[in-house]
Amino acid sequence: MAMKRRAGAVLALFLTSALLVTACGGGEDEAPAESELYKNPVTLTWWHNASQDGPGKTYWEKVAKDFSALHPTVTIQIEAIETNQLQRTRLPAALLTSDPPDIFQAWGGGEMREQVEADYLKDITDQVKTEVANIGSAAEIWQVDGKQYGLPFRMGIEGIWYNKDMFAKAGITAPPTTFEELNEAVTKLKAINVVPIALGAGDKWPAAHWWYNFALRACSVDTLKKASVDLNFDDPCFVKAGQDLKTFIDTKPFQANFIATPGQNDPTSANGLLANGKAAMELMGDWNRGTLETAAEDPEALKKFLGWFPVPAISGSAGDPKAALGGGDGFSCAKNAPAECVEFLKYIVSPEVQKGYAETGTGLPVAKGAEAGITDPALKSILEATSGATYVQLWLDTAFGSTVGNAMNDAIVAIFAGNGSPEQVVSAMKAAAKK
Amino acid sequence: MTSTNPTLNPVGGADAPPAGPRAARRSSSRAAEARRKWYEIIGLTTPAIVVYVMFVLVPMGFAVYYSLFRWRGVGPPTEFVGLDNYVLAFQDPIFLDALRNNAIIVVGSLVIQGPIALGVALLLNRRFRGRTGFRLLVFVPYVLAEVTVGIMWKLLLTGGGTVDALLRSLGLGGLVQAWLADLDVVIWTLLFVLTWKYVGFAIILLLAGLSNVPPELTEAAAIDGATWWQTQRHVTLPLLGPTIRIWMFLSMIGSLQVFDVIWVTSVPAVRSLGASATMATYMVDNGFFARLWGYGNAVAVILFVISFVAALLFQRFLLRRDIEGAITGRAN
Repeated sequence: MAMKRRAGAVLALFLTSALLVTACGGGEDEAPAESELYKNPVTLTWWHNASQDGPGKTYWEKVAKDFSALHPTVTIQIEAIETNQLQRTRLPAALLTSDPPDIFQAWGGGEMREQVEADYLKDITDQVKTEVANIGSAAEIWQVDGKQYGLPFRMGIEGIWYNKDMFAKAGITAPPTTFEELNEAVTKLKAINVVPIALGAGDKWPAAHWWYNFALRACSVDTLKKASVDLNFDDPCFVKAGQDLKTFIDTKPFQANFIATPGQNDPTSANGLLANGKAAMELMGDWNRGTLETAAEDPEALKKFLGWFPVPAISGSAGDPKAALGGGDGFSCAKNAPAECVEFLKYIVSPEVQKGYAETGTGLPVAKGAEAGITDPALKSILEATSGATYVQLWLDTAFGSTVGNAMNDAIVAIFAGNGSPEQVVSAMKAAAKK
Repeated sequence: MTSTNPTLNPVGGADAPPAGPRAARRSSSRAAEARRKWYEIIGLTTPAIVVYVMFVLVPMGFAVYYSLFRWRGVGPPTEFVGLDNYVLAFQDPIFLDALRNNAIIVVGSLVIQGPIALGVALLLNRRFRGRTGFRLLVFVPYVLAEVTVGIMWKLLLTGGGTVDALLRSLGLGGLVQAWLADLDVVIWTLLFVLTWKYVGFAIILLLAGLSNVPPELTEAAAIDGATWWQTQRHVTLPLLGPTIRIWMFLSMIGSLQVFDVIWVTSVPAVRSLGASATMATYMVDNGFFARLWGYGNAVAVILFVISFVAALLFQRFLLRRDIEGAITGRAN
């Protein structure tokens, strides 16, 4: 009897440990043996934001097809969704259900932090070490507390796109490197009756990015890094950013009615003003090459006069003059996505696929070895500046998450409209952090 | 039963029951009929009720539930905050701006569209050449999709755009405004666009009402020596009352919930400054763009309560006569 009971106990223990072992095997840090991959047919659903017909959308279709050809067990179902819909409604709703897409667009920053806290994303740190090493520091944006939850396929810093012909006509010999020089350039451009800077404040973020740059110059890198994690904005540099912005707005460098001017995509937008020779400069990210071309009546002329220079430095400020603002697009795998998802993610950021992406001209690639795909001189100068930047700060509205980001942008727009103040931006950010 | 047991019938049991059971049978057939009626009611209304409950009542219940949480749409709502979200909304100056804008649109639509629609409807009710063409023309803006109207006016009203050029060429250059950029002007610009879009609906409703006015009455008035104007004022207009009140009701509810034309025509920056926000655009801006899902639901509930109370008050004080008339009319 006693013997029997002991045998039963042993058996139970054995069974329990066996269960534990299998549980571990199927758990989060699954690193399936090579033999398990591509054995069973799987379908990956892929949500990306290249929803407009064009080279970007076509290229992703080709990438999916190529991957299925390499691995016949994998079928990829694409759904292309417009960015705002994807980011604001479709993805959050899908992630709340038990059946989210397997691989989907991810922008990193505060939103990714929230998604990780809700246990939505697959930790891929161990599987993508090679890829992360090849991408470099840009991959950090898709990390939360040192763990990798996604990989970027596009990344670039922002700077000022300008009209070389207008600069020459106004007698500006070299692109401004400090804000004093930028102010001089503005005065000279006004003298030849040209709108110095086009601004799409109607969409809020193009205006807010001016404040981000002043914050990048006023705040130390450490302050910004800490603020992204603990959402503490007590440092006086955030108020200083607003004060500097206000001084700059008072020099009236922008076109009339900028508060209702859209950012991009139509001839009446800020993009349209620069692309069609009606303004001399515009602050915008690396994707602007493509969007300017869409808005241009004469793309050939645009190609000849378009130049790019980094955001000027502010002498005597706490910020690193070689730091830059930037951001990118990446993809993450859902927590319960099949292991093939990670393989597909790795495939997307492999140098060959990245080179093909660079050739589509829709953005700057992140993987080393893909630079050869870049031919445009303006994009080349961005690529150089990106690799020369000492620190790349993610767009502040993405870094701080949508809630703080939205309140911050609204308060900055109020400064532009003449009824806000530098202090109100900071108090709005603090209030939103508690909402 | 009869077919399975035919031997019972020749005995005459079923066909010739005694007097007592006959009465019982009559009452049981009445009960069967009542039952059949109930089956009919249940069968015919169930699909509608199910859809109504599933897609109206249940989501409304969820909205109320979610509005009590501090929730950003990531993971299930866990942080119960009671009525905090409602308090926050009424403390936000932008939400109060949105309320004011809704009030402007409700009153503005009634005051501007009403007289225009009445005048045009009376005019179009007379016989003249090209009347059908005119009617069609007046109705076109209403048939156009909201987004189409929004984009069209956005392009026309851009600084230095068609509207500005037109005004200047008419020598009215002094009237030119930053239609969509000036924070004090934009709500009136939007009210104009809304009027242009929806006045056709009021006209069509009133024309339908006018066709119900018996010609004998207007003829009798004419024989009595009333002028055209007197006929309209003392005969037609009173008979148009129910139609006008229904239009006012629809216009008011539509104005409280207005979203699409505003969303498309005015840019995000101007909305976020409060100048062109309505309750509905404020709800989307905060619920989805600022990712305040609990808060957005609270705003949705506020919008619902305001519309609901407005609708009830309107029915109680203005529509009551019309509804009673309809019911007594049917009973006679």
